[in-house]
Amino acid sequence: MSEHLLSLMTFFPILGMFIVLLLPRNAGGLLKSVALVVSLITFVISLPLALDPVFKTSAGMHYTEFAEWISVGKYFTMNYSLGVDGISLWLVMLTTFIMPIAILSTWQAVTKHVKAYMAMMLLLETAMLGAFVSLDLFLFYIFWELMLIPMYFMIGIWGGANRIYAAVKFFIYTAVGSLLMLVAILFIYYQAVNSGMDISGFSVTDFYNLSLDPQLQRWLFLAFAFSFAIKVPMFPVHTWLPDAHTEAPTAGSVILAAVMLKMGTYGYLRFAMPLFPEALRYYLPYLTALAVIGIIYGALVAMMQKDVKKLVAYSSVSHLGFVMLGIFALNTVGVSGAVLQMINHGISTGALFLIVGFIYERRHTRLISEFGGLSTSMPVFAVIFMIVTLSSIGLPGTNGFVGEFMILMGAFQGELRWFAVLATSGVILAAVYMLWMFQRVMFGKLDNPKNRDLKDLSLRELCVMAPLLVFIFWIGVCPNTFLDKMTPAVDHMIEQISGKKPIVVPQVLPATPGQGHAAHIQAVEHGEHHE
Amino acid sequence: MENLVQTAMQNVNFAAIMPSLVLACFGMALLLIVVFSRRGATLHVAGLSLLALLTTAYVAFTGWNNLQTGFAGHVVLDKFSLFFTFIFLIAAALTILMSDSYLKREGYPVGEYYVLILFCTVGAMVMASGTDMMTIFVGLEVLSLSLYVLAGFFRGQLRSNEAGLKYFLLGAFSTGFLLYGMALIYGVTGTTNLVEINQVLSSGSAISANPMALVGMLLLATGFLFKIAIAPFHMWAPDVYQGAPTPITAFMSAGPKAAAFAALMRIFLVSLGSLQGTWEGALWVLAVLTMVTGNFIALNQRDIKRMLAYSSIAHAGYALVGLVAANEIGISGVLYYMLAYTFMNIGAFAVLVLAGKKGEENLTLDGFAGFGYKRPLLGVLLSICLFSLMGVPPTAGFTGKFYIFAGALDAGYVWLAILGVLNSAVSLYYYLRVMVFMYFKDPQEEFDWIQLKPGVTICVVLSVIAVLYLGILPGGVMSLAKLALF
Repeated sequence: MSEHLLSLMTFFPILGMFIVLLLPRNAGGLLKSVALVVSLITFVISLPLALDPVFKTSAGMHYTEFAEWISVGKYFTMNYSLGVDGISLWLVMLTTFIMPIAILSTWQAVTKHVKAYMAMMLLLETAMLGAFVSLDLFLFYIFWELMLIPMYFMIGIWGGANRIYAAVKFFIYTAVGSLLMLVAILFIYYQAVNSGMDISGFSVTDFYNLSLDPQLQRWLFLAFAFSFAIKVPMFPVHTWLPDAHTEAPTAGSVILAAVMLKMGTYGYLRFAMPLFPEALRYYLPYLTALAVIGIIYGALVAMMQKDVKKLVAYSSVSHLGFVMLGIFALNTVGVSGAVLQMINHGISTGALFLIVGFIYERRHTRLISEFGGLSTSMPVFAVIFMIVTLSSIGLPGTNGFVGEFMILMGAFQGELRWFAVLATSGVILAAVYMLWMFQRVMFGKLDNPKNRDLKDLSLRELCVMAPLLVFIFWIGVCPNTFLDKMTPAVDHMIEQISGKKPIVVPQVLPATPGQGHAAHIQAVEHGEHHE
Repeated sequence: MENLVQTAMQNVNFAAIMPSLVLACFGMALLLIVVFSRRGATLHVAGLSLLALLTTAYVAFTGWNNLQTGFAGHVVLDKFSLFFTFIFLIAAALTILMSDSYLKREGYPVGEYYVLILFCTVGAMVMASGTDMMTIFVGLEVLSLSLYVLAGFFRGQLRSNEAGLKYFLLGAFSTGFLLYGMALIYGVTGTTNLVEINQVLSSGSAISANPMALVGMLLLATGFLFKIAIAPFHMWAPDVYQGAPTPITAFMSAGPKAAAFAALMRIFLVSLGSLQGTWEGALWVLAVLTMVTGNFIALNQRDIKRMLAYSSIAHAGYALVGLVAANEIGISGVLYYMLAYTFMNIGAFAVLVLAGKKGEENLTLDGFAGFGYKRPLLGVLLSICLFSLMGVPPTAGFTGKFYIFAGALDAGYVWLAILGVLNSAVSLYYYLRVMVFMYFKDPQEEFDWIQLKPGVTICVVLSVIAVLYLGILPGGVMSLAKLALF
C-alpha cells in the first residue's frame, strides 16, 4: 500500500474524472457529490504523508516509486519516478486539502456544464499533485503542462466577461515560459550524457550532481527562472495573473492562488536553484530586487483597486514576492518561512477568494463602492472575513505572521539586508490595503438598499470556511507541526545550493515558543559540521 | 545481349518490392472492379481498398527483419522504408475511412478515387525504398500524378479545379527542377545510384567542390522542398489544401509529405552526406523560415481548413529541424514525427469532414461557435488533436516535437531548438482560437446535419487513440523509429 501511495493519490482524481464523465449530463447534484467524495478520498489517501514522523528526521525523498517508462536506448530514457520530501509534502497536503473546499464552494456558483467543470477540477488535481511529486524532469514537465489545459477551460468557459482574453493570455504566458524550460531540460540532459555521466533518465537528483560550466549555468538558469517566474508570478511577468484571477470562477481563483502559483516557487526550490547554484549566486541580487519590487508594487496597485477580487489578486503578487524573498535568503529561517508562507498564502488567499465569491454570489458585483455596512446584515460573515483579513495582513497569532516574520528575519540575516528593510514596508502596505478594503465593505452605514437583505453565510459556506480558519490559527499558534517536518529537507536543500552546511543563527520567535529551542539545537548540530 | 539480360534477371529480387507490388496489383484489380461496378456504388471499393492496405501492411510487417535489396541496387526494403511504408498505409487507410460518406455528401461517389489513393501510396512506397535517383523519380511521378487528379477531383467545384490545376502546373515545374538537378549530379558523378554518388563525391575535393554538383544539389533540394511545401516553395500549399477535397487535404499533408521527406533524407544523408557542411546551413535557414511563415500566416486565418494548411507548412518546418540536426536522434525523430503528425492531422481533418455541410461553406471559425456543447464527443476529440498539434503533453505532438528538438540539441543546434519552441508558442494562439470558438462562444447553430457516419467516426477515434498512446507510452514506437535508420 504505502509503496504506491503517491501513485494512488495522484491518479485517484483522474479515476474520479472518468466516473464523472460516465454520469449523465443533467445529474447536477450527483456530479458535484461524486467529485467532492473523490477529492475527499484523495485527501484521506494523502493523510498518512502528513502524519508520517519520518520527515522530522530525514531530508531525503520518501515514498519513492520508480519504473522505467520510456526507454529509447542511448537517445533518451524517462522514468516514472515519484517521491516527496519535507518541502513537497506540505504542498501536496495543501493541494489535497484545498481541492474538496474548492469543489464544495462551487455548489451554487456553477450551474452550466457542471459535468465538464467537475471533470476539469479532478484532472487539474491529478496534474498538480503529479507536478509536486515528480522526480523526473520529463514527468514533471508533462504534469506541469497538463495543468494548463483544465485551467484554460475553467477560465474560458466559466469565467467573467473578459474571460476569453484572460484564458488565452494565461495559457500562452505560461506555455512560452515552459517551452524555453523544455529546451533547457533537454540541453542539460545531453550535457550529462555527452560528458559520460551515468544518469538515470531525467532524474532531478542525478542532475543535482552535474557540474556545469558557470557561463552555461547562467543561460540554463535563466530559462528555468523565467518559466517559474511567470508562474509565481514575479514582477514584471505578473500581468497575466490579475486577468486570470479576476475572470476565473471562484473555485478556479482559489486553486490558482492556493496551489498553482506555488508551482513557480516550488520550481525555484526544487529545480532552478539547486541545479544551477553558481548562476543563482550571480543573479541573486537582481532576483531579490525583483521580489522586493513585486512586494511593494503589488501592494501599491492593490491599494488602488476598485474591484475586491482584483485587489486580492494583486495582493497575491505582493505575498508571493515575500515568498521569493524568503527563498532567496538562502538560510534555514528564510526558506522555511517561505515554504510555510506558501501554505499560508494558499489558506489565506484561498479563503479571501472564497469570501469574494460569497459576496459576488449574493450581489453579482465585486465593486467595493457597491458595498458598505455589511457587518450589520451579515454578522457571522463579518467575523470570518475579519479573521481572514488579519491573517492575510499577518497579525500575530495567525499564520501570516509566522511566515512573514521568518522570511523577513531570514532575509535580514542574509547578505541582502537592505532588501529586507524595504520589503518590510510591504507589511505595512498590506495592512493599509486590506484594512481599508475591509472597512469600506463591512463597516460604515448600510446605505445601499440592495445590501439590506443579504443573507448571512449558509451552513455549506461555513463548512467551506471552517477548515481554513482552523489552519489559520493552528499555523499561527503552533507552526512547529509544520516546520519540524520541513526543516531537514530545507537544510538539505540549502546545503545543495550553497555547497556547504547552512549557517543557522539561533533566535527566538516571539509567537512560537518551541521554535527557538529547535532552531538552536539545529544550529549547534550544523555548526559542528560546518566548522 | 544474352548475358546482360541474365545479369539483370539475377539482380531482380521481388521480395524487395513485395509491398508495393502487392498494393499495385490490388490497385489495378480494383480499377477493373470499378469499371464493372454500378455507377455510384463505392462502398465495396472502399472496403476492398482497406483490405488491400491491410494485406500490404501484413506483407510489409513480415519483411521487417529481412533487409532486401533488388534490381541492381535500385530498390531496398530496409526498416527505414518500411517505417515510412507504415506511415503511408496508415495515412491512406484513415483517409479511405473518412471518404465514403464524404464523397456521397458532395455528390462524387466515384470508385477511381480510392484506386488513385492506392496508386499514390504505391508511389510513396517506391520513393521511400528507392536507392537510385531514377527509382525515386518514378515513385514521385506515380505519387504526384495521382495527387494532381485527386486534388481536382470535384470537377464541378471551382476551388477544387483551381487546386488541381495549380498543383499540377507548379508541381510539373518543380519536377523539372528535380530532374535537372538529378541530371547535373549524374553529370558530375556519372551515376544515379545514391551510394555510388556518395563514393564519388567523397573521393576528392575537386569533385565535391565542383559548382555543377552544388547547383545540382540546389535544384534537387528545390524539387523536394516544393513537395514538402517548405518556405519559400510553399505558395501553392494553402490554395491546394483548401480547394482539394478535405480527406485528400488530410492525406496530402501526411502521406505524400512523408514520402518526400523520406526521399529527401535518403538523398541528402546518403548521397550528399559529404556536402553536409554546404546544405545544413541552408536547411537551417529554411527550417526557421518555414516555421515562421507557416505559423504567422496561420494566425490570421478564419477558415479552419486553410489554417490547418498553413499549420501543416509549419509542421514541415519542425520536421526539417530533425534533418538539419542530421544525427541519429534527429533523423529517427523525423520518422516518429511524421507518424505522430499523420494521426493528429488526419484526426483533426476527419472532424472537419464530419462537421462540414455540402460544399463546405461552414468551416470557418464562426461556424464552429458552440460546437463543443452541441457535439461534446466530437469537440473533445478535435480538442485532443488540436492540443497534439500544439505540442501539449500528453499527446503525440508533444513527444514528436520532443524527439526532434532533442536531436537538434544533441547536435548542438541550440538556437534552432529555441526558435522551434518559440514558434510552437506562436502556434498556440491559432489552435487555441478554434477551442475559443468551440467552447467559449455561445452556439449559433444546432449542428443537426452532423451524422456520425461509422467510417469517419472510426477514423477519428482511431486517430485520437493513437495520439494519446503515442503521447503517454511512446517508448515502443520511438524505439522502432530508432531501429529504422538506414
